[in-house]
Parts: sequence; C-alpha cells; structure tokens
Amino acid sequence: MNAQDLVTQAQKWSKEQPWRLYASQISVLVRNEVRRNLFTRRRIWVYLLALIPVIIVAIHYILDRNRGADQIETDTMVLAGIVQLYYFRLGIFFACMGIFTWLFRGEMVERTLHYQFLVPVRKEILVVGKFLAGAIISIALFETAVFACFFLTYSRLGSAGRSYVFDGPGLGQLGSYLLVTALACLGYGAVFLALSLLFRNPIIPGVMLMGWEAVAPIFPSWAQRLSVTFYLKHLCPVSLPADGPLAIFTIVAEPVSPFLAVFGLLCLTVAILVLSCFLIHRLEITYTAE
Amino acid sequence: MTTDARQIVFDNVSKFYGEVLGVNKVSFSLEPGITSLVGPNGSGKTTLMNLLTGLIKPSQGTIYVLGLTTHQPVEFFRQVGYCTQFDSFPPGTNGYDFIYWPLRLHGFGDDQAAKLTNEALERAGMAQVARRKVAGYSKGMRQRIRLAQAIAHHPSVLVLDEPLNGLDPMARSESIALFQAIAKQGMHVIISSHILEEVDRISDRVVLMSSGYVVAEGQIREVRREVRDHPMQILVRCSNAAKLASAAFELDHVVEAKILSDGQSVLVRTRDAEQFYLLLNQVVSGGLVEVDAVAPADDDVNSIYQYLIGSDGGPA
Repeated sequence: MNAQDLVTQAQKWSKEQPWRLYASQISVLVRNEVRRNLFTRRRIWVYLLALIPVIIVAIHYILDRNRGADQIETDTMVLAGIVQLYYFRLGIFFACMGIFTWLFRGEMVERTLHYQFLVPVRKEILVVGKFLAGAIISIALFETAVFACFFLTYSRLGSAGRSYVFDGPGLGQLGSYLLVTALACLGYGAVFLALSLLFRNPIIPGVMLMGWEAVAPIFPSWAQRLSVTFYLKHLCPVSLPADGPLAIFTIVAEPVSPFLAVFGLLCLTVAILVLSCFLIHRLEITYTAE
Repeated sequence: MTTDARQIVFDNVSKFYGEVLGVNKVSFSLEPGITSLVGPNGSGKTTLMNLLTGLIKPSQGTIYVLGLTTHQPVEFFRQVGYCTQFDSFPPGTNGYDFIYWPLRLHGFGDDQAAKLTNEALERAGMAQVARRKVAGYSKGMRQRIRLAQAIAHHPSVLVLDEPLNGLDPMARSESIALFQAIAKQGMHVIISSHILEEVDRISDRVVLMSSGYVVAEGQIREVRREVRDHPMQILVRCSNAAKLASAAFELDHVVEAKILSDGQSVLVRTRDAEQFYLLLNQVVSGGLVEVDAVAPADDDVNSIYQYLIGSDGGPA
C-alpha cells in the first residue's frame, strides 16, 4: 500500500468511526505528555513535595523502631495530619499547580503549543488528553507517597502495626486516603488547568485559590461546596481535632455522605473541565505576548 | 464571496492585536499551485499564514480552505500542513519522533505512521540524522525537519513560512524542487518570503503585502506590470510653479502636474522619476526656475515596490 492509500484509508476510518479516533488521540496525547512530564529534571521539586514526608517518616522508622501498640493511636493521628494538613493543603495543591498549569502555559513558554494546534485533533480532546496525563502523573506520584508514609508508619510498630492494618481499620483507612488523594489530584488539577487557560500567569490566581480553600469553611454551606477541600474532608477516615494550633487549618463543615462527597467532587471536576473546553477555543498562538 | 472546494478564500479578513494592525480587509482567493506572499518584515505575511491555519483568529472576516474552516479541525488539518517560522521543538525530541507522534494523532497506526515518517524524512533529506536529538541540529536541518513534519501526512495545502531561510544552496534547490513537485500534483503551496527574487521563478502567483495590506495580487507578470506602471509622486517647491508644471507636461511619462494652493509647489505624478529629475536639472541649470526643495511624496510605497521588485522593475 503506498503512502497516498494510507492517507485515504485513515481519512475514511476517522469519518466512519470518529469516537475510535478520539479515543486513539487521547491515548497518544496521554502517552506523550506522561513521557514528557513525569521523568524530567524540571519536575524534581514536585517529587520533593511528594517525598518530604516520606523521608521524615522513613527517618523515624529507622531511628525509632519496634514501638508497641500504645503508639498506634498517636501515629494514626500523625499520619492523618501528614495527609490532611500537608498533602491536601500544600503538597498536592502546589504539585498540581506546577503540573497542570504547565500543560498549556508551559508549552506557550516553550513555544511548542502550535504543534498541538496544527494536528487534526479537536481542542476538547486536547484538553481531556492533557488533563488525564496530568492526573496520571500527580496520582501516581502522590498515591505512592501516601502509601509509603502509611507503610512506614505501621511497619515500625511491628506486630501491633500489622494487626492494626490487616485485622483492624488500617486497610480501610489506606483505601480512603488513596481515594481522597486521587480526588484531590483531579479536583485541583481541573482548577489549575482552567486557570492556566484563563490567565497568562496563573500563580496569583493560584495563591488566591489557596486563600479561598483556607477561608471557605467560614462561608455558608453552598459556598463551601465550591472548594475542593470541602469534599476531601468528608472522605478522610480520621478526623483531626479542631482545637489547639491546628484549629486554624481544620475545616468545620456540614456533614456530607461519602457518596455525595465523591460525586460532588467529580461533578465539580467535570464542570471545570467543560469550562476549560470553552476557554481553549479562545486561546491563540501569540508567543511574543508571553 | 462564494467558496470553491478547490480554492483558499480570504473574505474581508482583518486582524488587530489590541490597537495594532496585523492585516486589514484582506480579500482574495487562491487556486492550486504555488503562491508567494511577499513583503518586508512586519508586513503581515506570518499573520496571514497564522490566520489561514487557525493559530490566531480573525477580528473580522472568514477564511475558507478547500471549503473548510478551522472549526472542523479533524477534516481541516488532514488537508493542511504548516511549516511555521517558530524555531522551537518539544524538549528532548529527536527528528523521527517529531514526525511520528503527530502522525499518530492523525489516526495512523504504528506501522502506517512509521512508513509515512520514513517517507517524509527521505523527501526532506533527513533520513540519515532522524534519530539524533533536534537540539543538536543545525538551523538548516531544523528547517527541513519542520518541512518534513508539514508534508508527512500528504496535505492538499502546504503553508510554508520563510521555508528557505537558513538553507544552503543545495538544500534550497532541493526544497524548491519539492515544492514544485507538490504543486504539480494539483495542491496548494503557499510560501512567504521577504525577497521576491527568491520565490518568483517558482511562483504561479504572488501576493504583495505591506503594513498589513495586500498592495498587489495576481500572476507574477501582472504584478510586475502593475508596479512598473504605478506613477511616482514628487513634490517640488520652486520660484515659478506654473513654468515648471508646463515644462513637466511636455514629458510623456508625466501623468499629472498639479500646482498646490501655496502657488509655489508642484505635485508631479510620473512613471519615470529619473527622467523627471533630469528635466529638473535642465530647468535649474537654464535659470528658468529656482528650486527650493524636492521630495518624493509617496516614498514609502515606492520604496516598498523598489525593495520587492528590484530597482529597475524589470524581470529578476
């Protein structure tokens, strides 16, 4: 078959089966973006954000091993603090800011976005493909980190730790943390992707978003639903005490069922992605303005 | 304006960047063949190409390419290949991947994309260095690898922004032969250049641009004639405007000689400025008129023509 026949065949195929074409395009986009963004020196700071607590817990594991059952409650609270206060508020937030804003804005800075705009790909497919790539990168990174923290925390407690994990609530808590981590990556990822399409410099709106996430609990219930942490809070398996110095970071919100929290956050993510699909149509390749 | 499925149509297209003019009220239609967009730097050639390929959106007007618009990206970009002037590449990419991955986005399978990639690399003369990182390429090689990417999917419309920049003479002649071969297959090849001589031998038609406007458009001979016939305006301030005007009228190439309201200035429109300056010298040396000042009144437009077409206006 000569080259012209290949072209004709591909044109015919894409006309007859557009959804298969879209799926194949998303798959190619995801593979490309993951390859370009996951293993790169530019992302070292993101790895550090994910690994800092792991390193601290690992040091703790090496220096202070084989504690007994009396330590379980304290360590469970420490782990809850690491996940809820560090990962959700800082680690995942800033990592998603770095990963998802770079998907489009980074390509504008590198002057390579036009290559993505000159292929027969719908802009919506481009948004979805890039979002999924960012989600895979951030979820893989932070789920690994959260899992490592969990493993090291309970490993150092010996048989009491094993018993807590396999015979007690440990595995359920791990499942919840992994679910919440994935949802946090999706929620923040969608928000930062949209911000990168709305603003030339998404850092300032990102900081404003961080402020919003911090003060949302003092707003009425309907307004709280517009923050990502509102949904995450209700899915966390261990509640942090809302007193002492941690109180300023701790969300006090109306109780919401886990199903509604997951569904609500996914709806919020999809709504923001739909907005991004509209926004990308406004985007023009004007590198000199960057 | 009607659209033909074989034509590229610009229908009253304008583009403003804020208050800065990109192109203004551009209307023309192109038949298959090689079309050159020629104009000085900043004349709007790249803007026109970016508008054509949807990288930027027109402030007003519509563009049709073979009856399609960029609102139908799947169909549109199967037909269009654009080799931009942006000399930037995805970090870490090599020549092969640079062509292969976009082909996968076209919907080609692994084997098909590999076959088309190798074919494009051969056509652009880049097969030997395809596995090297693009970051290590020379400027000419980067130009050719972009060209290879633009032609890899066998587009019906090939848009090339300054495609001969940075190429050595051998690569230039190979590229020109490639453009001609593509055009012979009944396709559109649109080439921009700021040097008319570079492209006029291969062009079927030319669009001359200046400051965001299309100043002339058509087959190369027609444009040359249009430019050659364009009268030049010269403003002369002198002691006796009436005498100078009547002397100027005796020359065949003077189209108009108008005495301005101050009574001391004459605006002369001539098709042969050099002959008029000779007359002026004779008039002054004969003591008939004292000349205070001489200035070309439309120097900007004329200098652009001179720049584009060459000082004699004859064939290059």
